[in-house]
Amino acid sequence: MNAYAKRLMWPVLILVALIAVNIITTGIDFIVPSVNDDRLGGAFVNILRRSAPLLLIALGMTLVIATKGIDLSVGAVYAIGAAIACQMIIDSSDQTAAGLVFSAIAIALVVTAVIGAWNGVMVAYFGIQPIVATLILMIAGRGIAQLITGGQIPKVQDASPFTELGRGAFLTVPIPIWIAALVLVALALLTRRTALGMLLESVGGNPEASRLAGIRSKGITVLVYLVCGLCAGLAGLIGAANLGSADANNGGQWIELDAILAVVIGGTALLGGRFFLLGTTIGVVIIGTLEDTIINVGLSSQWQFTAKAIVVFVVALLQSPEFRGWFLKPFKRKPAAPATAPAEEAVAK
Amino acid sequence: MTTQTLTERPSRSTLFDGLTRYIPIGATVALLIALYVGGVANYDNFDSPQVVAKLFIDNAPLLVIAIGMTFVILSGGIDLSVGSVMAFSTMACAWLTVDAGIAAPLALVIVLAFGTGWGLLIGAVIHYFNVQPFIATLVGLFLFRGLTLQVSDTDVSMREVEFWQWGMTHVDFFGKVKDGGFWLPYLSFVAFAVVIIAFVVLHYTRFGRSTYAVGGSEQSALLMGLPVARTKIGVYAISGFCAALAGILAAFATKSANPLANVGAELDAIAAVVIGGTLLTGGAGFVLGTLAGVMVWGMLNTLIAFQGNLSSWWARIVMGILLLAFILLQRVLARSGEKRRT
Repeated sequence: MNAYAKRLMWPVLILVALIAVNIITTGIDFIVPSVNDDRLGGAFVNILRRSAPLLLIALGMTLVIATKGIDLSVGAVYAIGAAIACQMIIDSSDQTAAGLVFSAIAIALVVTAVIGAWNGVMVAYFGIQPIVATLILMIAGRGIAQLITGGQIPKVQDASPFTELGRGAFLTVPIPIWIAALVLVALALLTRRTALGMLLESVGGNPEASRLAGIRSKGITVLVYLVCGLCAGLAGLIGAANLGSADANNGGQWIELDAILAVVIGGTALLGGRFFLLGTTIGVVIIGTLEDTIINVGLSSQWQFTAKAIVVFVVALLQSPEFRGWFLKPFKRKPAAPATAPAEEAVAK
Repeated sequence: MTTQTLTERPSRSTLFDGLTRYIPIGATVALLIALYVGGVANYDNFDSPQVVAKLFIDNAPLLVIAIGMTFVILSGGIDLSVGSVMAFSTMACAWLTVDAGIAAPLALVIVLAFGTGWGLLIGAVIHYFNVQPFIATLVGLFLFRGLTLQVSDTDVSMREVEFWQWGMTHVDFFGKVKDGGFWLPYLSFVAFAVVIIAFVVLHYTRFGRSTYAVGGSEQSALLMGLPVARTKIGVYAISGFCAALAGILAAFATKSANPLANVGAELDAIAAVVIGGTLLTGGAGFVLGTLAGVMVWGMLNTLIAFQGNLSSWWARIVMGILLLAFILLQRVLARSGEKRRT
């Protein structure tokens, strides 16, 4: 078993277990897609459809985390992307015009890409830590989104082709799933079939060494944050199209935390370096399935916060070598290497 | 080591020395004065002392969590759980006194013990298992929001319980407001007490000095023989205690518990701490800077309220811009510091 498969084993097992629980509680219909009105439906397809925005953001986040960064602003960028597109559409006289919808989408994507690039410049050129640089927009971003919408929640007419982005289907598969899948394939090809992926891992491993090795690490860092902003904007568009409105306050709330969670579940360490786009995808599906599972086993929807907290906690501990050493110590015959013994304790005493 | 996970530190220390370290806090105080003078010049009644007093009424809970956050950030960590812990504490106050009928003072002790205990636990996880503070405290953010919603997903009123009137009982200074005086409720004095205690602990005790040392460089602190474990766990315990206390103050102020209260309070607190001149990488900053940072936040909201036709989201935008300005200022100062030394 190679390292890649090993990393994916745990997330896949968790996902299979969650699906099994759902099949037991709600029947085989949970996983088998149904076709209504020429489009795929059913519980699991709906989970995938609803998870599309989170997947887009989590994919961008995976690349950022691979460079040892983090992007806290994605939730705010999601809200900004949604606000720009919806506001442009409702401001026009004819909301059903295709040209208008395309230009609204294009402008929203350009703005979110610029915001992403801004984060990247702060990190790469000003040397500000990623957590701090993106915190600025995490705080101010929702305010900017509200500024765009004038504090209202713009509601797009159901007849506007914009809503197709969230509700429509192409060849019976819902459009959000298409978009997310295309982005996944595109990023996977870009990073695995070209040298870009290796360069990313190298920048994450050691930016200074990469620079000395002739890699333009600053440019790569900016590019990665730009892609992350673009993904967040696209996610915002899909989310807004699905609802037919853009809520600057609550749209995409906590999605940055869900995305980081999905990346971590997928086996990408927050320390940078190796990254797993497929692992992130499974992580996103796990989170989406978890939300349904909670309701299917008869718990109230409030449990999803608690369940997520438990997942974060378990994953964080499993990834900690210190914890593994401490936990497995009783099971080992020979005394384990003192990986856990905190030297500072000895000094403190 | 935890500080190095998300935050690559430059090989050379960026701690400010000499008078340079007072530049950020000086800028904050100047900004605060400018905001106040601008308010007085533009709005009627802005010069009433009650305007300033009101900063310490509305922002007392924020001040308390920001003080706790100052300790955590100075040690090189971060605590994302404070908003949720605060909301859970308010809800716990309501549940314990209204539904369970426990005597209010006992409820306070339980809530404060809970907050401290949570901080100790998460601090221990961060230190002994080397989990990044960001992730470890994210657990708290989700967990306590979820638990709060499970206790009640609607507002719980605490009006029937006599005890909760205490916090807003107020003291008049220099007569009534209309005679040029002002008033402060008891809960503001609690917040002041927290500031004073934090000031003394941080600047005049061994624990405080260890906090700076650990934030400056954990390895150096360890090699100097400082109690790194105790310090790192201690700062999270302080932050947890402060979050629980802020929850109690919020209970006093509103006499009700809202399960969705204080969403994003951790961000406001972090912003106030940074604007107050504390370095987010740890190791440099002041308690009184945080006080100034919270006052800037409060003053911005007051100005927006006086203007009347501006929405509250402007406060967040301006706060973001200020955050940017202060972070860039810190970078410039740190870089010039490095140059001086080489």
